[in-house]
Order: sequence, then structure tokens, then C-alpha cells
Amino acid sequence: MIDAFELLTLLGLATMTLLTRCFFFFLNRELPFPAWAQRGLQYAPIAALAAVVVPEVLVNQGHLISTWQDARLLGAAAGVAYYAYRRGQGQAVLGTIVVGMAVYLPLHIGLGW
Amino acid sequence: MIGKALYSAVETPRMFLDPANFRHPAFRTGMADAFKVAPGIWAWGLMTGVSMVQAGLGPAMSTWMTLLVYGGSAQLAVTPLMAVGTPVWVLLATGFCVNLRFAVFSLHLRGYMMAWPRWQRLTIGYLIADLNYVQFVQNHPQPATDAAGQRAEMAYLCGNCFLTWVGWQVASILGIVLASQVPLAWGLGFAGVLALMGILCSLSSSRMRTVSLVVSGAAAVAAYALPLRLNILVAIAAAVAMCLLIEKTAELNKAGS
Repeated sequence: MIDAFELLTLLGLATMTLLTRCFFFFLNRELPFPAWAQRGLQYAPIAALAAVVVPEVLVNQGHLISTWQDARLLGAAAGVAYYAYRRGQGQAVLGTIVVGMAVYLPLHIGLGW
Repeated sequence: MIGKALYSAVETPRMFLDPANFRHPAFRTGMADAFKVAPGIWAWGLMTGVSMVQAGLGPAMSTWMTLLVYGGSAQLAVTPLMAVGTPVWVLLATGFCVNLRFAVFSLHLRGYMMAWPRWQRLTIGYLIADLNYVQFVQNHPQPATDAAGQRAEMAYLCGNCFLTWVGWQVASILGIVLASQVPLAWGLGFAGVLALMGILCSLSSSRMRTVSLVVSGAAAVAAYALPLRLNILVAIAAAVAMCLLIEKTAELNKAGS
């Protein structure tokens, strides 16, 4: 089991999750919100995902990869190719995951790329 | 007075247990969307569970952490710090900074959320992770203005977040139990990246959005050396600013010609 101090630490971290995820709708107060900011937000979802995904694929040990012999690069390329082939129809996202892993795992575990 | 406040506090955040949400057709739509990316979420949760135990956190602590903190990137960021006895305020500051991208999401979600009482906002808000947010705003580009539309939004969120939460927790606990059998070196967590990438593909439907993708990706790589994953925040700001600038320039050109 865990002690009271550890539990309090975890509750503190859970509060950080709650606080950040509800940051701008925590209070009932009105929030002055300029129209340009509202327009800008429509570009936020794709920007957030790209900011998480692109370094995961292109950065290795803190550096931009310099070889194409990289399991993550080729796995990601295969996934995107499958998505384009399916034109995003049906379970294209599911297929992206399956095809990407089918290319990634053999290269990564088998060849150590 | 106190009785009434207590009643509303207990009564409102029923979320998944509220028939108005789980009987609504949008609940199923939300679950179906979450299912599209589920293998990625499961693999990612599994590897997060494995990582916590292998970093020396212990099965009990790891289980409580996944149940309470419910945020993969924050968990992975604080785990190594906890193993070496870092002061609590540093852990909390780390958790806060790593999660800052959620604050941007919450700004976007504000237009949808303010129709609901605070307890309900906080309950569902706590559960909205990256993909839940993205799929939700993809499905509901504009906040509804009528009660029926707002209920459909809430039902979608409940279904979407419910399936993600269950899948993540089961996979994480499985990872904690199997920690010695699943080597991190297999790289199963890459399925999580592929899930995000699939959604990224489905989002890049217009030229401006593709601009946002490219600018953000480049900025995130360029600012990779920043601590606490703050490169993500820099990248979002850069992409949004660039897109607004291009919009403005196009407007001015049109007005000038």
C-alpha cells in the first residue's frame, strides 16, 4: 500500500490534471474574448497534435534523425500511405495504426532500427 | 440551503450514469469515434503502466497514479522524478507545465462548457484528454445554442471519454501487472503516436489547417530542447499566429485589389 504522504502527492498531481483541463471554464465569470482569438482557436487542435506527433517521429535522442533507416519514420510513412489510400473512409484511422505497427515492429525488433 | 447545495453537488456530475447522456444516440457516436483510435490508447496505456513500474514506482503507487492523475505525458514526466525523491512542489510544477496544452484546449471548449453547471464542467473536463478534445471539436465545429444540441454535445463527450477512460485504465493496470514480461524496447507505445497521426490526417482537410500542421511540427522540433515539453505550447502559439497572419494578409490583399 501507499502512505498518506504519497497519496497526498498523487492527489496534488490529479489536481494539476483537473486545473489544466478545466483552466478556462473553472470559474463562472464572463471572459472577454476577442474575435481574432476565437478564429485562431480553430487551428489549435491540429497544431497541438502535430506538436506532439512530429517530434515523436523525427527526433531521436534529442536530435533530428539523419537517416531513412528509422523504424518510426517508415512506420509513420506506411500509416499515412494507408490513410491516403483509403481516402480517410471507414476505419482508416484504425488501419493507420495496424499498418504502421506492422511495418514498425519487424524493423524495430528484428533489425533494431 | 446547504442541503440544496449538497444535493446539486451530488446530483449533477452523474455523467455516464445519467440516462439523458448514455441513452442519447450521440453517446454511441462518441464511443464509436473513441473505438477508432482505441488500439493506440491501449498500447500507450500499457506502456505507461510498464514504464512506471520499471522506473521503480511500485505496483500500488503506479496503480493509484494511473487512477488519480489520468494523464500519460504528466505521469511519464514525474515518474523518474519521484523515484529519486524530488520535492513535491517540483513534481506539481512539472505536472502543471507538461499539461499546459490542456489549458489551450479548455479555452476552445469554454464556448461549449459554459452552458453546464460547474460540477458537471469539472467532472467531464477532468476526463478530456488530447484525442477526446480533438474528436469532439471535429464532430461539433460550432457550439450548440439550444438545449437539445447541448445535450447531444455532452452525451458525445460522455461516450467518447468513457470508452477512452476504461480502455486506458485497464491497459495501464495490465501493464503494471505484466511489467516484467513486456520489455519497453519493443516500442509498443508507438501505436499511440500512430493513433494521433491517423487523427492528424483526418484533420488536415483544408490548406490553412495543413499550414498549421507544418508550422507547428517544425516549431515543435526546433524548440525540442525546451524543458517540460514546453515546445508543444510554443508550437501551438507559432502555428495559430502564422495562420491568423496569413488570413489577415489575404484579407488585406483582397481589400486592396
